[in-house]
Amino acid sequence: MAWVNALLQGILIGGFYALFACGLSLLFGVMGIINLAHGDLAVIAAFIALTIAPATGLPIVWSFVLVVPIFAIGGYLLQRTLLQASLDRSPFTTLLVTFGLSVVIENVVLEVFTSNGQSLNIGSLIANSFNPSTAISISYFSLVVLAIAVVVLACLQLFLSKTMTGRLIRAVADDREAAQLSGANYRHLFAIAAAIAFATVALAGMAYGMYTEFSFSSGSANLLFAFEAVVIGGIGSLWGTLVGGVVLGIAQQVGAQINPAYQILAGHLVFLAVLAIRPRGLFGVRAAT
Amino acid sequence: MSTTVTDATVPPLAPTTASSTLRVVRASRLPNWLTPILAAAGLGLLAFLPAFAPQSETALFVNVFVLLTMALMWNLLAGYAGMVSIGQQAFVGLGAYGVLIFAKSGMEPVASLPLAAIAAAIIALPVSLLVFRLRGGYFAIATWVVADLAMQVIDSISAVGGGTGENVPGLSSLSPAAFGRVTYFAALAVVALALAASYGLLRSRLGLVLAAVRDDEVGARSAGARVMRARRIVFVVAALGCGAAGALLAVSQLQVQPASVFNVQWSAEMIFATLIGGIGTLEGPILGTVIFFVLQQNLANDGAWYLIIFGSLAVLIAIWAPKGIFGLIDRRFAISLFPLGHRVEHLSRPASAPPAPVAANPTSSRGGAVGAAGPPA
Repeated sequence: MAWVNALLQGILIGGFYALFACGLSLLFGVMGIINLAHGDLAVIAAFIALTIAPATGLPIVWSFVLVVPIFAIGGYLLQRTLLQASLDRSPFTTLLVTFGLSVVIENVVLEVFTSNGQSLNIGSLIANSFNPSTAISISYFSLVVLAIAVVVLACLQLFLSKTMTGRLIRAVADDREAAQLSGANYRHLFAIAAAIAFATVALAGMAYGMYTEFSFSSGSANLLFAFEAVVIGGIGSLWGTLVGGVVLGIAQQVGAQINPAYQILAGHLVFLAVLAIRPRGLFGVRAAT
Repeated sequence: MSTTVTDATVPPLAPTTASSTLRVVRASRLPNWLTPILAAAGLGLLAFLPAFAPQSETALFVNVFVLLTMALMWNLLAGYAGMVSIGQQAFVGLGAYGVLIFAKSGMEPVASLPLAAIAAAIIALPVSLLVFRLRGGYFAIATWVVADLAMQVIDSISAVGGGTGENVPGLSSLSPAAFGRVTYFAALAVVALALAASYGLLRSRLGLVLAAVRDDEVGARSAGARVMRARRIVFVVAALGCGAAGALLAVSQLQVQPASVFNVQWSAEMIFATLIGGIGTLEGPILGTVIFFVLQQNLANDGAWYLIIFGSLAVLIAIWAPKGIFGLIDRRFAISLFPLGHRVEHLSRPASAPPAPVAANPTSSRGGAVGAAGPPA
């Protein structure tokens, strides 16, 4: 029964990873860049929620109403300035710039919020669970996060395939020059994609902060897990990202079941195994180049 | 420098300038005897430092040499081979743990330093088989995953101290002064070798292949350049250097701990030092490392601010001065001490030509078709 529980917990954790990963996946799909500050952005979102909830009197669960728009605007502005400037130079530069941002953000958070672990306290909501048997416990909160991940992925899919802006973003991603000739403003479209990616990472960061303790240094682990979910699922496939998150979650939970110290190790090993055996990922449409 | 690297005396560009012959030379205005003399003088000066500097000073220099070694290695990876690795701390950590393991089996820690570095390089070979399947940003995070994996593995082995790490045995018998000297000279030897190896490697055929790949990968491949092989050699050499740097850390700090030696901060520091000083030159990492330590020493009491300032500076420089501070200096004065690029000079000119040797294109005197090694921009 403990193994069944590990499997179920893995699937639930997979929802977190997918929520983390979809922003990373979107930015790569549209601009071909990897945002190495992705995990640290999630951490700032959690810290901002921690700060503004008492200041505004909003319950922490509802703080996303403020944090998500703040992040969307921040993402738009960052893309129009620093990220676009680096992208104009080269993808190589963008990679280094996002890594620099990641280190800077991490250390600013350390200086501002100290190295203490924090959590977003949502009271009894986190503890409620559904127990079909004594060995199995399904947290309602994790189920909600999984559902959010599915909804976000579905919305992204619909946005990219059905709306004018979404189609323009895909057009720009496919062939920037041709899209520009047809009047598409790629800088604006890139920034919209960044705004969406930042909004999803804010959601992911807050869900993470409600679920477990976080600190200034939690970002890099989140980045690695999100990245592993993307590669396992297959680069370029949004739904693959969800499957990748679930596979990673299961690997980690099964590893932890063998020995608690093997949780992260098991995830990394499954990632490397996928890389060795099927570099395209499970649902990849193209190789990770 | 005006050493003729190849006997590439090319035919005149146009028949009308029949008296003009072109010669490809290393791109620096400094005379070519200056580099060995300056290198010897610098090395000599540094070799005498422990004779008059207090041990606290030499200990600082050990840290400078460690970071400079790492920065030189990262510069080889990213500045010449176009590979952005964020997982070099994997090899730093493995080098450090190599020293611990050899010392625990009874070896002299300093003597085990080369072995530890070689062990890190050997591990880099199978790692390259996996991470080379990914490119660009994906390669970058994959190396980071490998580093985290290495840390997790070491963390779970209680024979080397698990998560809390362990002290390196075998150095406690030395007096503090003798210990300071030993670590200082070990670090000086490592950094001198790293610099010499980088220079030698980049002026070799391999350096030419890397420059060709950077300028035009498809073209280089079709001309027979073995791109993967060149990249793999650089990856293994960088692991060797970072392993040596990590081994130095273990020796100088007398203890190793997974969370410290496998910390991504090592990658951050080597990357920032290289970017600020100037990626794709050998002077750049040196300059960047010096700037890093000046900042760190002046902001020692301000927590992590030195890293925040250093990182922000690196971001701004990466975007608006991609050749770094040395690039700005070199563009103005062409005083490269370790010239790796080439420029084209006229051997004999028609009377109307300007008297001074002219670069084929003054703004890119270190680039052009002949190829100065530099970052893929």
